[in-house]
Amino acid sequence: MTDKKHDPRIDEATGVETVGHEWDGIEELNNPLPRWWLWSFYATILFALGYVVAYPAIPLAHRASAGVLGWTSRGQLAGETALVARERAPLMARLAATPIERLEADPELMRAAVTGGRAAFRANCVACHGAGAAGVVGHYPNLNDDDWLWGGNLKQIEYTITHGIRQPGHDQTRTSQMPSFGRDGILAPAQVQDVASFVRTLSRLERPSASSARGRELFAANCVACHGTEGNGNRQLGAPNLTDAIWLYGGSRDAIVNSVTNAHAGVMPAWGGTLDLATIKMLAAYVHSLGGGEGFTAPQPAPSGAIADARP
Amino acid sequence: MDTVLARAGVWLAAILIAIVASAMAIDQPFAIQMIIVALAAFAGLCVTLSRTDYDAVARGILRAPADPGQYDDDPIRWGMIATVFWGMAGFLAGLYIALELAFPVLNFSEYVNFGRLRPLHTSAVIFAFGGNALIATSFYVVQRTCRARLAFPGLARFVFWGYQLFIVLAASGYLLGITQGKEYAEPEWYTDWWLTIVWLSYAAVFVGTIVRRTEPHIYVANWFYLGFILTVAMLHVVNNLDVPVSFVGSRSFPLFGGVQGALVQWWYGHNAVGFFLTAGFLAMMYYFVPKQAERPIYSYRLSIIHFWALIFLYIWAGPHHLHYTALPDWAQTLGMVFSLMLWMPSWGGMINGLMTLNGAWDKVRTDPIIRMMVMALAFYGMATFEGPMMSIKSVNSLSHYTDWTIGHVHSGALGWNGMITFAAIYYLVPRLWQRERLYSLRWVNWHFWLATVGIVFYASSMWVAGITQGLMWREYGADGYLVNTFAETVAAVHPMFVLRAVGGLLYLTGGAIMAANVWLTIVGRLRDEVPMHQAAYDPEKDRPLTGGLARQLPARVTEQPGAEPAPQPILPAPELEPAE
Amino acid sequence: MTAAPSKLLENHKKIERNVSLLALFAFVTVAIGGIIEVAPLFWIDNTIEKVKGMRPYTPLEQAGRDIYVREGCYLCHSQMIRPFRDEVERYGHYSLAAESMYDHPFQWGSKRTGPDLARVGGRYSDEWHVQHLTDPRSVVPESVMPTYAFLSKRELSAGDVAAELTALRRVGVPYSKEDIVRAEEDLRAQADPDAKAGDLLKRYPKAQVRDFDGDPSRLTEMDALVAYLQVLGTMVDVNGAAAQEELAREKGR
Repeated sequence: MTDKKHDPRIDEATGVETVGHEWDGIEELNNPLPRWWLWSFYATILFALGYVVAYPAIPLAHRASAGVLGWTSRGQLAGETALVARERAPLMARLAATPIERLEADPELMRAAVTGGRAAFRANCVACHGAGAAGVVGHYPNLNDDDWLWGGNLKQIEYTITHGIRQPGHDQTRTSQMPSFGRDGILAPAQVQDVASFVRTLSRLERPSASSARGRELFAANCVACHGTEGNGNRQLGAPNLTDAIWLYGGSRDAIVNSVTNAHAGVMPAWGGTLDLATIKMLAAYVHSLGGGEGFTAPQPAPSGAIADARP
Repeated sequence: MDTVLARAGVWLAAILIAIVASAMAIDQPFAIQMIIVALAAFAGLCVTLSRTDYDAVARGILRAPADPGQYDDDPIRWGMIATVFWGMAGFLAGLYIALELAFPVLNFSEYVNFGRLRPLHTSAVIFAFGGNALIATSFYVVQRTCRARLAFPGLARFVFWGYQLFIVLAASGYLLGITQGKEYAEPEWYTDWWLTIVWLSYAAVFVGTIVRRTEPHIYVANWFYLGFILTVAMLHVVNNLDVPVSFVGSRSFPLFGGVQGALVQWWYGHNAVGFFLTAGFLAMMYYFVPKQAERPIYSYRLSIIHFWALIFLYIWAGPHHLHYTALPDWAQTLGMVFSLMLWMPSWGGMINGLMTLNGAWDKVRTDPIIRMMVMALAFYGMATFEGPMMSIKSVNSLSHYTDWTIGHVHSGALGWNGMITFAAIYYLVPRLWQRERLYSLRWVNWHFWLATVGIVFYASSMWVAGITQGLMWREYGADGYLVNTFAETVAAVHPMFVLRAVGGLLYLTGGAIMAANVWLTIVGRLRDEVPMHQAAYDPEKDRPLTGGLARQLPARVTEQPGAEPAPQPILPAPELEPAE
Repeated sequence: MTAAPSKLLENHKKIERNVSLLALFAFVTVAIGGIIEVAPLFWIDNTIEKVKGMRPYTPLEQAGRDIYVREGCYLCHSQMIRPFRDEVERYGHYSLAAESMYDHPFQWGSKRTGPDLARVGGRYSDEWHVQHLTDPRSVVPESVMPTYAFLSKRELSAGDVAAELTALRRVGVPYSKEDIVRAEEDLRAQADPDAKAGDLLKRYPKAQVRDFDGDPSRLTEMDALVAYLQVLGTMVDVNGAAAQEELAREKGR
């Protein structure tokens, strides 16, 4: 390796001395570090030192330095949460003290509960029931109407939210299982068609016919235990009212034939483990307020096959 | 003959191992990958056994000049072509996934779903485009600045082809669903092992060439290349310590999991940016900017201080990717303060690059390649300011998880890495193929403007999208409850996603112009065009200015009839001293 | 410049002339930061919170996790709820380090094109997940998620499940010998309500045993992915008194 020495020279364009090296024609000027650059660098270092003293930063043997401010990210959240909780404390106390049956008697509290419930609904429920709570036909019920599978008063709604519907592995969940009449061979395909004809006459989608007359007998033999003699349904079992115009899984002949053949069993998660009691109460108030909420004295369709159950 | 036999034996063994592995594979994607390996080894065997001089054939196809014996430039020529090719592939994949986010119907098959194409895009642009550019330019620069031929020429060729095999294995693996599930470190264990071998060979060639140098001092560009090569080796090995499920299967599990895994990953991920995309590309800058500007580097002292400060501080900054996560607070604090301290050392490179143009600022107006370099440095400066800013915890609490991060990355990647690479390609191609000049400098100008406008679309739309997301997620109403559902925030950024795709399309179009320009230069054609700069003379304006007119800027270069629009200077032209 | 930096520059010229020295110094310089930041995570006591409930994934959940990784879900979904009021209200309690202690690789993510999934387990029904994965826009019209209908059509071929668990055990996930021996059996039992689950629930507490994809006759990739999604964030009772007490004790973390 030859150590050839280049002598520093003065660069003509800038008047600055070069360092005296040259690589493939590239030289280097001997400019000093820009002052502003150096001082800015020092400033960031100073800031860093101060910040390291103030906040948790230095890993030690068993834990890290905690910082003189005693700040932690989780502590900051705890502080904010406590602040919000303090602001809401009166509301929450009233909400806790008011049994849900009495909620409507306190319009101011009800209004506050509906507001909180709307927020909780938008965070947790819209994925299935939709932003407008209109549900998805064929999957998730519309919550704006007055047709309730499992009951539409505040307490019933609260129970449904808390324990869910057919939540696997949860004893208190609302549950029932319609047989798959067609798939399991309980009814022949022609019989399923007849039942569908009859069901469609209940809500006046079809005129009575020979088929529906045969269907009436099949209905009486197979379906009334849950859907009732009049087809009004049974909320203890989540059996829908078949006489109205609201069809979760569709009211067309094909849809009904499909429902009778392969029974549906929709699932809603139990939120009792995820959300706190107050939030669930507020959610119930919100869902109740959407338009179809029922009072506690609202006439309930007489259950034909009533089952003793603690579920409201 | 013995060496030929030995080599053939190695190739044959490789083929056999690959075929056996393919036959025994416990998952189909691994079987496919091993067939790719077997085919690559078979190609190697054919080259070894046949008496054809493949270097000469390749030179014929690429129309490369016969190596004059000064420097070993063949792998660099291949590297240039690979860089342009993979760049186009990566930009195209990027455009496609941008469109997928705007129009999800484009996810029509599992093989082109966003989740599989996104690693393909990031790996193609960072490792295939960026990596080939780095390897090729480092081989070029280290030879010139050491005034020595490449050490281990056979190994250098292995590095090139081995690296291409790594890219093909990684890219085909992503489409088949082979991934480790760690960003920018997606390739599975066997691809990682292969890259380790290639990378160590690369280090050997590079360091070997420095050892053979005839210059006493090692040039600053080589410090950066060396830092990049060593650090990437360290990062790659540590972050890819895994236990394979089977030696004939694609799956493996990383040694580090949970919180430790997260920090190791972002220590790797951030320094892939720091050393691959910053240190490596600064090395390119330190050679090509002074060469193209024909000016000395601004400050030797600055280059020393900012080099050591940069490589020392960068490595600490990883935890800022994990602000407010379950990573302990103390590590987040360190990540933030080191990111802030990194600001000035990063800018040291920008200053040294830009100020190198002292005494040659007029070239910004006349030389589109210099203009690309200046734009690259400007974006480098912006991105290295934005980065420390986003590492501040309160800013990060808004920006993290949003498209702001995506915009930040792209202003650095498209603006800095892309532009400096394009400039280096435009510098190198005529020299490597011994052409008089590029096919068209005016096309370079078109490329410059398409890319610049594309970046502006990209960065600004992602900035707006990111801040929109961040603000909507945390928006509280007067009633004290959250205002927006998540789905509403998705709908809100849709227009921004469309604009981003427009930006990507412009950038890709610029890249296509470059590909054509490079190819036409290689085949030896010259576009018959008016030079970019001609000293203008307009007799109409050749008179003293009076009144309000005097405050206006000096007259621009007049356009030639039939010429493409003259570029707008991005920096004010130096004031000319009026002749007394 | 003062004298000291000039001397520094003179010394630097030695480094510039010796590639071994340059490489050595550069390597030491870049090694420091990583060592100081990463190594203490392995010894500092409170890095991983001492909460109850964490267990390794069941073979079916792990198979679902492999699909989650394979499809690159982490590129759009985080699994890391930050300690902010809005995130806690939107997604649930902030994530603990303990909750991903058996995650190899971790899947915290870096981008939320879609919502956080750290606590998605139990929030939606299996039917919802299947429908959403099959056609996301049928339930969430604004969604830009790709469709994953092919998962229901494909039988789950998890490869050698025992080998997979063995590999996980080697990286530190505490699977027992029995877990590994019975891995294949466990995998099938969890998705089949009619099969005898044996002591699956004893070895994997709170594991959910049922058909997940709505087709009990087949074990598909959809079964595995939904099983994984349904377990996310459900192992530790973060809001329980024990966990809250542990978190309240935290300092210098």
